[in-house]
Amino acid sequence: MTATIAPASISGQGAGGGVQGRRVVKVGALTGAAMMFVAAIGMLATFNDRLIIYPILSLGYLVLFGIPFVGGTSFTKREVLEGVEVAPPSAADALNAALSGALGGLILGLFAAFVNAVPGIRSTFPNMSPEMVDVITLGLGVGPALVILPLVSAATGALAGGLSLLSDTTNKALRAGAVTVVVFALFQAVVDDFFDFLPAVPDFLYTRTALTILAAIILFALGAAGSIYLPGRRPSVGDRPGSSDSDVRRRSLWMAAIIAAAIIILPQFLGGIINELLVNVGFFALMALGLNVVVGYAGLLDLGYVAFFAVGAYTTGVLTSPISPTINPMLTWWQAFPIVLVLAALAGLLVGTPVLRMRGDYLAIVTLGFGEIVRILLLSDWLAPYFGGAQGVRNIPGIPVLGTEVNVTTPHLMIYAVVFFVALAAFISWRLEHSRIGRSWAAMREDEDVAEAVGVDTVKAKLTAFITGAVIASFAGALFAAKVGSVFTNSFSILVSLVILVIVIVGGMGNIVGVLVGALVLIGVLGGPNQPGLLQEFGQYKLLIYGALLVYMMLQRPEGLVPSKRRQQELHQEEFLQDAWLDKHGRFVEDHDHTPQRPGPSAAEPGRGQEL
Amino acid sequence: MKKLKGMRIVAALGALALVVAACGGGEAAPEAGDLGAVTVPDGEAIQIRSLEAITGPVAFLGIPNQTATEMAIEDYGQIQGHDVTIGTGLDDLCSNEGGQAAAQTIASDDQVVGVIGTSCSGAAVAASPVISNANMVMISPSNTSPALTSDLAGTAGTDYHEGYYRTAHNDLFQGRAVANFAYNELGMTTAAAIHDGDPYTQGLAKAFADAFEELGGTITLFTAVNKGDTDMTPVLSDVAAGAPEAIYFPIFQPEGDFIVQQIGGVSGLENVTLIGADGLLVSDFLALPETEGMYFSGPSLQFGDNTNEITGVSASDFLVSYEDRVGEPPSASFWAHSYDATTMLLKAIDNVAVDTSDGLFIDRRELRDELNATSFDGMIGHIQCDDFGDCGSQEIQIVSHEDTSVTDSTQLPVVYTFSGKS
Amino acid sequence: MTTTENRPAEGETVVRERRALRLSWVDGFLWAIRIGAIIIIAVGLIGSISKFAAGEGLTAEGWRDLIVSSLAQGAMYGLLALGYSMVYGVLGFINFAHGEVFMSGTMVGFIAANWLFENGVWDANPFLSMVLVLIVAMVTSTLVAVLIERIAYKPLRGAPRLIPLITSIGMSFFMQYTFAGLFGVNFNTYPPPPDVIAGSVNILGLEVRTTQLTVIIIAILSMIGLWYFVTKTKTGRAMRAVAEDKEIAGLMGINVDRTIVTVFAVGGAMAGVAALMWSLLFRSVNYFSGFIPGVKAFTAAVLGGIGNIGGAMGGGILLGLFEGVGPILILGGLGVPGVTQLKDAVAFVALVLVLVFRPSGLFGERLGSEDRV
Repeated sequence: MTATIAPASISGQGAGGGVQGRRVVKVGALTGAAMMFVAAIGMLATFNDRLIIYPILSLGYLVLFGIPFVGGTSFTKREVLEGVEVAPPSAADALNAALSGALGGLILGLFAAFVNAVPGIRSTFPNMSPEMVDVITLGLGVGPALVILPLVSAATGALAGGLSLLSDTTNKALRAGAVTVVVFALFQAVVDDFFDFLPAVPDFLYTRTALTILAAIILFALGAAGSIYLPGRRPSVGDRPGSSDSDVRRRSLWMAAIIAAAIIILPQFLGGIINELLVNVGFFALMALGLNVVVGYAGLLDLGYVAFFAVGAYTTGVLTSPISPTINPMLTWWQAFPIVLVLAALAGLLVGTPVLRMRGDYLAIVTLGFGEIVRILLLSDWLAPYFGGAQGVRNIPGIPVLGTEVNVTTPHLMIYAVVFFVALAAFISWRLEHSRIGRSWAAMREDEDVAEAVGVDTVKAKLTAFITGAVIASFAGALFAAKVGSVFTNSFSILVSLVILVIVIVGGMGNIVGVLVGALVLIGVLGGPNQPGLLQEFGQYKLLIYGALLVYMMLQRPEGLVPSKRRQQELHQEEFLQDAWLDKHGRFVEDHDHTPQRPGPSAAEPGRGQEL
Repeated sequence: MKKLKGMRIVAALGALALVVAACGGGEAAPEAGDLGAVTVPDGEAIQIRSLEAITGPVAFLGIPNQTATEMAIEDYGQIQGHDVTIGTGLDDLCSNEGGQAAAQTIASDDQVVGVIGTSCSGAAVAASPVISNANMVMISPSNTSPALTSDLAGTAGTDYHEGYYRTAHNDLFQGRAVANFAYNELGMTTAAAIHDGDPYTQGLAKAFADAFEELGGTITLFTAVNKGDTDMTPVLSDVAAGAPEAIYFPIFQPEGDFIVQQIGGVSGLENVTLIGADGLLVSDFLALPETEGMYFSGPSLQFGDNTNEITGVSASDFLVSYEDRVGEPPSASFWAHSYDATTMLLKAIDNVAVDTSDGLFIDRRELRDELNATSFDGMIGHIQCDDFGDCGSQEIQIVSHEDTSVTDSTQLPVVYTFSGKS
Repeated sequence: MTTTENRPAEGETVVRERRALRLSWVDGFLWAIRIGAIIIIAVGLIGSISKFAAGEGLTAEGWRDLIVSSLAQGAMYGLLALGYSMVYGVLGFINFAHGEVFMSGTMVGFIAANWLFENGVWDANPFLSMVLVLIVAMVTSTLVAVLIERIAYKPLRGAPRLIPLITSIGMSFFMQYTFAGLFGVNFNTYPPPPDVIAGSVNILGLEVRTTQLTVIIIAILSMIGLWYFVTKTKTGRAMRAVAEDKEIAGLMGINVDRTIVTVFAVGGAMAGVAALMWSLLFRSVNYFSGFIPGVKAFTAAVLGGIGNIGGAMGGGILLGLFEGVGPILILGGLGVPGVTQLKDAVAFVALVLVLVFRPSGLFGERLGSEDRV
């Protein structure tokens, strides 16, 4: 919960105490609208088929009644005025939350009644069907639902309100417990796969498709206990980017070593499904790393990035496949690789040069155009004698390594190749970021004209960015061709470019770890444009979720999930300034456990504010 | 799924007792062949999978296929006391990546015996090697690309892998059928072909173009539109420049819709004959008034009272049950192929499965041999496999659409049939 | 490597020399593109003309049909481009979600058209029906545009440029799949154009399809209406003032926030009109029908000169011509097979060429003080 400073009178919110009528109505209406939305687009019905806890809780109801819960939490945001909490948590919060929840539930009930009364609506809105009404009304029919829905929604709202009355640690524990239960339920396939050597565990936890009630209780307790006894590091404003360097470095080295060991050993134990998924995640992570250089470091919005991926894949395919038309040298993957790199660099140059003088938004649309041009040419009948046209390039052999061929039939070996290239790309990005070129990029990103005036060679910087991005994408392309064994242009649509952009933005622009986390979370869990993720149910809604996620992240946290410190400072300038002022002036900022935080040593640091 | 060990022992003992009583003794497990074997413990179901395009723009094809598979399993019943299940239907996403990801999921589960799928040929290109490598078998009800089986002249297709079969026809036949119809029946000597960049449509258009030229006709233009194109005037103008008598456009909606709606605005094409393929044999398209007078090529749907001799269910009975179950007739033409493919697999499993003390023993090599030797009468006609997995009856039909109020593709009058096997 | 640490005077000359060399290399590349483009276009044109003279290829009627239909398509792009151009002129970012604003108009307009058709009103009162559909589409698009602005863009005023752009991409995805969920993924087909505008009309000796003529006329009328609104009304003047310089306009007493909402609303209304045109020209719509026209419309806006309203329309029409006539005229003349597949590629190549030849667009940009270089 962020502490905000807002004089109570201006914001017009009551200082604790009674029922906040207008706000209840507003939140209630939004809750109702959101609940109707989830039902009308069919998400409720689809998610309802997936059980979380057998047989009582389905994903559909969890999402549906999660909405009044989230609405209720809006009443519990703490306000801080000059370091002293103005509105301490009170029962009124719970009441407000309950009322708004009830209003939302009522709206939903009325909606169900409406759909029930107008069956013809189904021909225009196929998801507003009797099944949807059934699910909304909990199978009880419209009449009873008009009473029950507001009650249940009020209960969840009150729960959200009531939780704020508990201490921070309890809150965290409860949240951790709930998250543990949901995660274990949704990722049943992974847990099954993981405990292949000890089937008793998944047998105990799960019925055919969901957690048993007992398992849910135990997991909840474990999660809650874990959050209490395994404290994480709470990032505080007082952190300076370079604080305790040696500590951080040592910790990172340990982390790196553990991760490296895991990467080397795990694939042998993970089943084919997880390996395949991780390989797909790897491709996107690789491309996201490349786009990160172009967008994150150099600030060039490239919306046609997939073209470089296509260049890598098609070059590999044409050069290695025994049945590629016309150009048929039948090289091995290794022999083709240097040619792939050269062609990718050339492509980067070709794309980068015409756009050197273009403004940011023009750059976006032109690069989008280039991406489409490449795809259309590869698909065309005109160039089909070279690239196969609609029939694509097929029979692409895998990567020959020590006698075996690494391709789709050996996912546990493929993953090593992918990890190697991801590490290579990460290394290249990291080195470039901290080099002269990296600083040129940072300067260019801030203000191009000033950078030029100061003597930064923007031409070189931009072209380097494009070429690096293109080369990294071609790594992914070459691996992709070898793994899938065939290339068709429908793998290289605008959608792929946009999804990679989403990964970079949501993960953390300009931050290597962030990008990797983004790829893992988005592609691994939700799935890519042509790839299923772990949560199959989300398949139809994954682009909806991507869109919503993107909007949400941009509104609340534009620096991404794992931000680079610099970017975070750039984007939250005002908040940092405020908090720094507070720190400096020795005000106590109370957190929820009512332990005042002493102003840290950073308060005395001169010029910290100006670093922004 | 996995059961607790104790129950398994009891079930095994029980089953053994029954078997001893009924059949005179279960055998010890025989040696597995070179492809390994599946042992289905007693009380558990035999695992097969369905891999179709069940979401996305081609779902109208994949969903009836999967439904037909499920219905075939219900009609067949148990195999030697074991249920058969497809688990959850898998999605091939009509792409090579999607097909491969799903195939990987299947291949990781070594209890799976066989797969009914894929819907799209592009998905099969990537799925077939994975399934083949896992020693399983795959029977497709709607893949038609020649590359997946053979060129019908003894050369294996570039994407042929052992263990792949299909009950759908080979598109080389469909192209030939349309060319014969246009050249011989309609007397046309010039034609144009339009595809949409999809490997299936391009392959079919090419098969038609090659066959038409072989017969002596002239292809005035072989061109394409892009999926998502809305303005068809440029391509139609280009076609009009060559003044063909017929246009074969084996594409999908909505590009097909746009073409028939806009062709009236292009001078020179007033009297041209339009021929589509099964991608457009969809009720929404047939309802358009501009489709009057069109012809459509596709697999023969004149099943009439053809009966699948394995389950004894006739095509008309199936359609009634399907409509009861789903609420409307099947939205695409390959449901019978799917039903027959499923029964083909089930029968083969039944023939090679051996009951042993550990459970039901299914040798994978024997299963493939059994499938190679398939010969039975299904809903689609006589099903018999050649050396490269083409098992379908290869019956193509051309229907004409005179009355736009008839939107059920199975009701359209047949004007030409072509049999690939004769 | 450029060095700037050592003796500044000499180092600076070195930098300048290297810079000059590199720049002239870049300039050389751009000139190569320009010359190459001119040669290819010239050869293609000559090829097409000689084909025409020899009686091959498209007939005169064929070219006429092609040009008219491309003009109609271009008119539609132009109306959509207006929305992009105006928003860019005032706020300085590409509103990716505008394609979906258009799509929402077509989808909801379909409900109205379908209802009218099923109740016989469509054929009985064609003009009334079309006007009703137009109103429904315009209201929907306007509402959606304003809603998106309030939710996603307003909180981001003043943020670095990339952020609202990315938000608009997210909003675009979100809208597409919301409509996919609400309406299903199947195509909805509008009823056929009423008989009064089916068929063709004879203008100056040319046979023109009535639907296409209608579309062009509607576009012209809308442009006139918009021009009047922007130049003669107070709100319009406020819009131009805000586009010119937000801060000063605010100081002059203009309600900047309300004006910005008006900009979005007007763009939405234009998209609504484009929705009606789509229903007459193409008739089939689904959740994805807005994306590609949206991208093309932005291309058109850039082609004509961003921020320039007349330029948006001009750019739209030109884009329609480039992509409709271009492939057959130029590439066909060069002997390339299957040219219509390359339609979109031609459109984007045209964009690149225009930006290389005239970086501020064909008719010049009109940007706010913050965005002007």
